[in-house]
Amino acid sequence: MIQGIPIYHFLVVSTLMFFIGVCGFIIRRNLITMLMAVELILNSVNINFVVFNRYLYPDQLQGHFFSLFIVGIAAAEAAVAIALIINIYRRINNIEVENVNEMKF
Amino acid sequence: MTGFEYTILIPLIPLAIFLITGLLGMKWKPAVSGILGTAGMGTSFLLSVITAISYFFGGHGEAGFSPIIPANITWLKLTETLHIKMGVLLDPISVMMLVVITTVSFMVHIYSLGYMKGEKGFARFYAFLSLFSFSMLGLVLATNIFQMYIFWELVGVSSFLLIGFYYEKPSAVAASKKAFIVTRFADLGFLIGILILSFITGTFDFDQLTNPQASVFGGAASLGFMGISAMTWAMVLIFIGGAGKSAMFPLHIWLPDAMEGPTPVSALIHAATMVVAGVFLVARMFPVFHFQAPDALEVVAWVGGFTSLFAAVIAITQFDIKRVLAFSTLSQLGYMMLALGVSGYGGEEGLGYMASMFHLFTHAMFKALLFLGAGSIIHAVHSNYMYDMGGLRKYMPITHITFLIACLTIAGVPPLSGFFSKDEILVAAFNHNKILFGIEYLVAGLTAFYMFRLYFNVFWGKDRHYHHTPHESPLTMSIPLMFLAVASVFAGFLPFSELVTSDAKPFETEMHLMIAVPSVLIGLVGIFFAWLLYKKESRVPDAIAAKFGILYKATYNKFYFDEIYLFVTKKIIFNYISRPVAWFDRHIIDGFMVGIGLVTEKTSYLIKGMQSGQLQHYAFAFVAGTLALVLSILYFL
Repeated sequence: MIQGIPIYHFLVVSTLMFFIGVCGFIIRRNLITMLMAVELILNSVNINFVVFNRYLYPDQLQGHFFSLFIVGIAAAEAAVAIALIINIYRRINNIEVENVNEMKF
Repeated sequence: MTGFEYTILIPLIPLAIFLITGLLGMKWKPAVSGILGTAGMGTSFLLSVITAISYFFGGHGEAGFSPIIPANITWLKLTETLHIKMGVLLDPISVMMLVVITTVSFMVHIYSLGYMKGEKGFARFYAFLSLFSFSMLGLVLATNIFQMYIFWELVGVSSFLLIGFYYEKPSAVAASKKAFIVTRFADLGFLIGILILSFITGTFDFDQLTNPQASVFGGAASLGFMGISAMTWAMVLIFIGGAGKSAMFPLHIWLPDAMEGPTPVSALIHAATMVVAGVFLVARMFPVFHFQAPDALEVVAWVGGFTSLFAAVIAITQFDIKRVLAFSTLSQLGYMMLALGVSGYGGEEGLGYMASMFHLFTHAMFKALLFLGAGSIIHAVHSNYMYDMGGLRKYMPITHITFLIACLTIAGVPPLSGFFSKDEILVAAFNHNKILFGIEYLVAGLTAFYMFRLYFNVFWGKDRHYHHTPHESPLTMSIPLMFLAVASVFAGFLPFSELVTSDAKPFETEMHLMIAVPSVLIGLVGIFFAWLLYKKESRVPDAIAAKFGILYKATYNKFYFDEIYLFVTKKIIFNYISRPVAWFDRHIIDGFMVGIGLVTEKTSYLIKGMQSGQLQHYAFAFVAGTLALVLSILYFL
């Protein structure tokens, strides 16, 4: 519809982004990289919102607005996460996630 | 409206006094509590007398004295038809009881001002006395059987508190527990009886239950259990409650021990008022007994008759003067129960009912007098035992004269009040059952004998070694004695058959010389034997006792009833019921609960390693779980 690109292409892109994000979150040890992976997950969802809005209900705007909200919240979340990471760094002098393991039984 | 609204104050004044002295008593001088309590009781006494005069002498219609309910509020609404109310019911027996209770209570309040002077807990004593008076007045004024039950328990509690007044004394504590447990056990029967009765009739109210044309018993005939009708069961159970309070055989064991309490308490609670609550209960429910459960009434008669004989025999052998009086009380209560048991309904037929209430009234006066007299003696001699007393007539003239009057009254010497009431009971028993009459006739002789044994032992005979010369009691103690002596002498002339009858209609009584003369004679014979044996100190009584040997010993030890009860409870019930139940509770029920806790703890110990603190483990578990869920939904649905 958008210059003849079928919806599947968009969905494949967003799915790939989502799983890359999940894998990154599970595999990477660096907290900042993990944060980036979370951003990937969020943005894959954003793509879905926008695409479905565009293809299924072209004369409505909820999906667009929702993705804007997500972008805003993601920014706030990134700020909080980086603040946390800085504090962790001050405390244990690195940002490896295995070392942040005091919250257990 | 009815003009009797003020009667609600009669129980409420003692309640107020109880709250005030109970809460503030320790802040004042003790005397303030005493005077306040006495003044409050005096007010109640005056109000009761006014009530009695305006009720009994205000005239009555063709149908006799009709019950009046000046106040009644619905307290609990159980179902549409079954309500629990709180109110005031005035009818001949409750008005009579008002007079009895407030008179004796007022006298005891005055008496205690002297008797309890300087005791620790003087204010507490007066608070409890007021609580008791309130409960007892509420009991007799109850408009329905449930209200009666509530006050019935309150009376039990105040009795418990007063028996255990000297709570530092182990024997007093044991006695108070015993009294409470035994009566409480009997009250269980009472409660079950109430439940059966209300199940059948759908009402608690006396004015419906005791109406001779009662229509509430419609469904009763078809119900039954073990071949006995439900109404008989209910009434026997209710009688068990009454028997517990009135210490009928075999629930009598608490009353002699209850003498551990201060003597004024014995006079008020364990002679004149609380112990007659059982008699009052049977009298209150009398139409139900008579019309619905005549078999239960027969039980009442025989239990009463047996108790009176049993207690009189024990009384002969006791040396503690308060215990003699306690067994005498048992015996006289037996008389009252028997009189109710042999009574019919209405007019001449209801002679037993009238006689029972009459005897209740006169007995309250002379037995309170006896106890207060005994208190006066104990106050002077500092001992409860007869062998520490003797020759007291010289030192305590007022106590001596009043005690002699009371002894003559209980022995049934005309024209003192005991003669009239006992005579009516004997007539009623004679008309009903010759065996019961024979028992009561014998008991009349025994009563005279043991009372005069007590009298001669205490007031005649040789002087003992007293620590200090016995002295007459102070005025606060002798005035109640004199008042009650006058009441004992003249109470017999009250026209009871015109005032308190089974159907509230007056009837004429006449002297039955055939019975009155022999009963006076046997009383005199009893007195004569007591005079013979105990006027001068001699070895004869001991010799006679030795002759009876085992029989004497058994009687002296009250036929070992306490030991039997102890054996049954400690050896049988504790070992074969309580211990297994306790084992079951400790091991099965507790074990189950402990098991749940243990399993939870062990499981969590095993799996707590899963919470590693590694964020990515959690994330992996989460993602894997989600994937598994999604895949399973895709695959299975």
